Amino acid sequence: MDRRKSIKSIILGSVAGGLAVHGCKPEGAAIEEETVSTDEKYFGRTPEELELIEKLNAEQFFNEHELETIDVLSNLILPPNENGGPTEAGVPEFIEFMAKDIPELQTTLRGGLMWLDHKSNTDFGTEFKLTEEAKQKQILDPIAFYDAEVPMDEQALEIQFFSLMRNLTLTGYYTSKMGIEDLGYKGNMPNVWDGVPQDVLDQHGVAYEEEWLAKCVDQSKRGVIAEWDENGNLLT
Amino acid sequence: MQIKESATVYDAIIVGSGAGGGMSTKVLADAGLNVAVVEAGPFFDPKDPKQQTQLKWPYESPRRGAGTTRVFGEWDMAYGGWEIEGQPYTHKDGTKFDWYRSQMLGGRTNHWGRISLRFGPKDFKHKDVDGLGDNWPIGYEDVKPYYDRLDKLIGVFGTNEGLPNDPDGFFLPPPKPRLHELFYIKGARKSKMPVIPSRMSMLTKKINNERGVCFYCGQCGRSCQVYADFSSGSCLIFPAQKSRGQVDLYVNSMVREVTTNEEGKATGVSYINREDRKEYKLRGKVVILAASACSSARILLNSKSKQHPNGLGNSSDLVGKYLHDSTGASRAGFIPGLMNRKLSYNEDGVGGMHVYTPWWLDNKNLDFPRGYHIEVWGGIGMPNYGFGFNPNEFNKFFGLPTGGYGEGLRADVKKYYGSVIGFGGRGEAVARKDNYCEIDPTTVDKFGIPVLRFHYKWSDFERNQAKHMQATFEELIHNMGGEVLGDTPTKEQDYGLLAPGKIIHEVGTTRMGDDPKTSVTNKFQQLHDADNVFVTDAGPFVSQADKNCTWTILALSMRASEYIVEQLKQQNI
Repeated sequence: MDRRKSIKSIILGSVAGGLAVHGCKPEGAAIEEETVSTDEKYFGRTPEELELIEKLNAEQFFNEHELETIDVLSNLILPPNENGGPTEAGVPEFIEFMAKDIPELQTTLRGGLMWLDHKSNTDFGTEFKLTEEAKQKQILDPIAFYDAEVPMDEQALEIQFFSLMRNLTLTGYYTSKMGIEDLGYKGNMPNVWDGVPQDVLDQHGVAYEEEWLAKCVDQSKRGVIAEWDENGNLLT
Repeated sequence: MQIKESATVYDAIIVGSGAGGGMSTKVLADAGLNVAVVEAGPFFDPKDPKQQTQLKWPYESPRRGAGTTRVFGEWDMAYGGWEIEGQPYTHKDGTKFDWYRSQMLGGRTNHWGRISLRFGPKDFKHKDVDGLGDNWPIGYEDVKPYYDRLDKLIGVFGTNEGLPNDPDGFFLPPPKPRLHELFYIKGARKSKMPVIPSRMSMLTKKINNERGVCFYCGQCGRSCQVYADFSSGSCLIFPAQKSRGQVDLYVNSMVREVTTNEEGKATGVSYINREDRKEYKLRGKVVILAASACSSARILLNSKSKQHPNGLGNSSDLVGKYLHDSTGASRAGFIPGLMNRKLSYNEDGVGGMHVYTPWWLDNKNLDFPRGYHIEVWGGIGMPNYGFGFNPNEFNKFFGLPTGGYGEGLRADVKKYYGSVIGFGGRGEAVARKDNYCEIDPTTVDKFGIPVLRFHYKWSDFERNQAKHMQATFEELIHNMGGEVLGDTPTKEQDYGLLAPGKIIHEVGTTRMGDDPKTSVTNKFQQLHDADNVFVTDAGPFVSQADKNCTWTILALSMRASEYIVEQLKQQNI
C-alpha cells in the first residue's frame, strides 16, 4: 500500500470538515497536506536499536508448550469478539518479545506457567492448556483478583503472575491495530483540533466560556501568516 | 597517534546544536560568517522517513512503544537518556544528580515539552525580593527585545494576560482546552487559582513559508516532520544552512577540550570522531560552547593549560558551581466525572497541555522562598505499552473487586479510558555554590575524556515547596470530585520531590556577573578569562525561575551571538 497517498487522502478527508470555510478563506490558508507522510518500511529506530531488536528476535525464550499455554490463557483473559482477540492481535508473540526485552519479567511468567500446569495436573490430571474451559476457570478464579490496597509484589506469586499476564494481554491487544479500532481511539492522524463536541460537553456537564474561546485560534485563518501590532495584538 | 588538524580557520566554532547552539548558528550564519557546528550525536531531520517516529502506531514496533531503549518511550525523539552506555558520571558524598543527555542534531529540543515561558522582571532580580542567591547583571528590560524577536522568529502560542512576572509577548492564538482541561479550569477556580492558556512553541498559525502549521497529532515529543514545533535542527540549523554564511556540520564529534595559545586565548577545539575514534582539531577565531550547562562546564574544566591551570575560564573556581535544576513533584487523580467518555472525536491536540497555572502566591506568606507553575496532563491519548495495565483498578473506589478476566474487561477499559488527570509542579530552586559538578579524576568515558562528578543536595526550601505542591494537587483533585491516586509522600520521601536532574532544566554552571571573582562569564556570556570564548547554553543563568529555561536560553543566545558578530566586525576578538 502506498502509505503516503493514503495519509494524504485521510487528511483531505478529515480536514475538509474542519475547513468548511474554504470558500471564504483568505489567500494562503492552504494546509500542508502534501508534506505529511509516514513510511511503513521504518519505525524510527537507530542502527543500534535495530540491531537489538534483531538480536532479540533471533532468540527464543518460551518453548512451544509455553507459547500455546500463553495463547490459551490470553484468550481466557480477553475472549475474542467480532474485532478479534489476543491471538489475532499477536499477543503471544508480543509476550515472547517482551520477556526478552525486559528480562525481569521472565521468572514471574515462566514460573507462573509452571504453577498453572502443576495446579491443573494436581486438580484435574491434565496440563492447563488441555483442560476443559470450565475447569481452567476454576483454576483462575482464585488467582484472578488482587487486593488493590496491598503492593503487588507482596501478593502471592500466582496472583502476581496472573496480573502480569492480564496486563500484557490487554496492552498487547489494545496496542494492536484491531485493539485500537475496538477501543475506538480516533487520533494519530492529521486533523484540525477545534474543541470538544457539544454532546460531549453536555454529557460531562462542562461548557466553554465565550471569553476564553475568543482568545483561541480561528482555524479558518491558520494558514494566514501571523502579524502583530507593536503591542502584541494579533492582526491576521 | 597524531591529532589531525584542519587548515580552515572558522569565524566561530559552535559546540552543540540544541537551543543555544542552534540560535548561535542562525545568528552568525545570517551575518555571513563561516561557522563549524560540532555535535556529539548523529545528524537528525524529523522529515527523514528512517528516523521519523511521528504518526507511527504502537504495533509498528515489537515492543509496542515500551521505553527499553528510550526512557520516555520508544517513540520519543531524543537519542540518549539519564544513562548512556560508555559515558558514565559519578557522585560525591552519596548525593544524587541524574544527568540527562540527548546526543543528536538539535539535542534535547527534539523531544522537549515546548513550554516557552519568558522570565519576568522579578526572576532576574530575585535577591532584591528575598535576599537569597544573587541578582543577574542584566534585567528583564535587557532581554525583552530579544524575547520579542524570538516570539516572531520561532513562534509561540499563548495570550497576553498582563501578569506582572509572566510577561506578555507576541503570541500565536492558543488551541481550545480539551475535556480534562475544562475540568481543571473549574477545579482550580474553586481554590481561586488562576488558569491561563499555555505558552508553547508550536505553530497554531503560519509564521512563514518555510514551516508548516500544526496538524494536531499531539506528538511534539517525536519532533515534527512539517517543522510545526520548535526543534533546533529544523527551525534554526537548517535555515542557517540556507543563509549567507557557511555552516559546516561536524556530527558524531565529541568535543574534548578548547585549545588555547600562549596568550591564553582560544584557538579552536579538539574532538573525538565517534566513527573512527580518532582525535581531530578545528581552528576558529571564536569558540561558542552550547553543549548543555554540564557538558560545557566539563569541556572548560578539561581544557587545562599553562595559562589556565585550573581549567579554562575557571580562575574564579566557579565553573560547575551553582548547578541547579527545576524542582519537580507530581500527582495524579481519578476523576469519576471523566468516566464513560464518548470516543467519537480526535482529542490529540498539541503535544502537552493547552492550559496551565503560573505561580500565583506571594512567598512572603509561605515557608519556602520561590514559586512553581503547574502543568496538567490527561485525555484520551493513543494506547502504547502500559495501556490497559490494571484495567479496573479504580473499581476499588466503588467497592468493587479489582482484577478478573473475561469479556467484562473490555467494558472496564472503555469505562475508565481518559478518566485520570495528572499534575506536575515545576519550581525554582535557590542556586547554591555547594551544588556543583566537577571533574572526577578517577574515571574516563569511552572516548578517554575525564567525566563529571556531581555533588547536589536539596534544602528545606525545595522540600517545603514540594510539600506545598502535594497539598495543592490533592486540593485540586478533590475540587474536581476526584480521588487522589497513591499515598501522600512523606517528609522522609522529601514530599515526592524528584531527584535533581530529573526535570532536565539544569542551569548555572558558568554563571554570569560583572565581577570575575564571583562569576565565570560577563553579561554577554563571554568568559572573563578568555574573551574569545562564549557560553550560550543555560550555563550562564544566575538563577532558574519558576519557568522552563529554553525560551530564555534562546533569547540570551540571540543576544550574546549578536554581540559576538559585532565584536568580530570591530575586530575586538
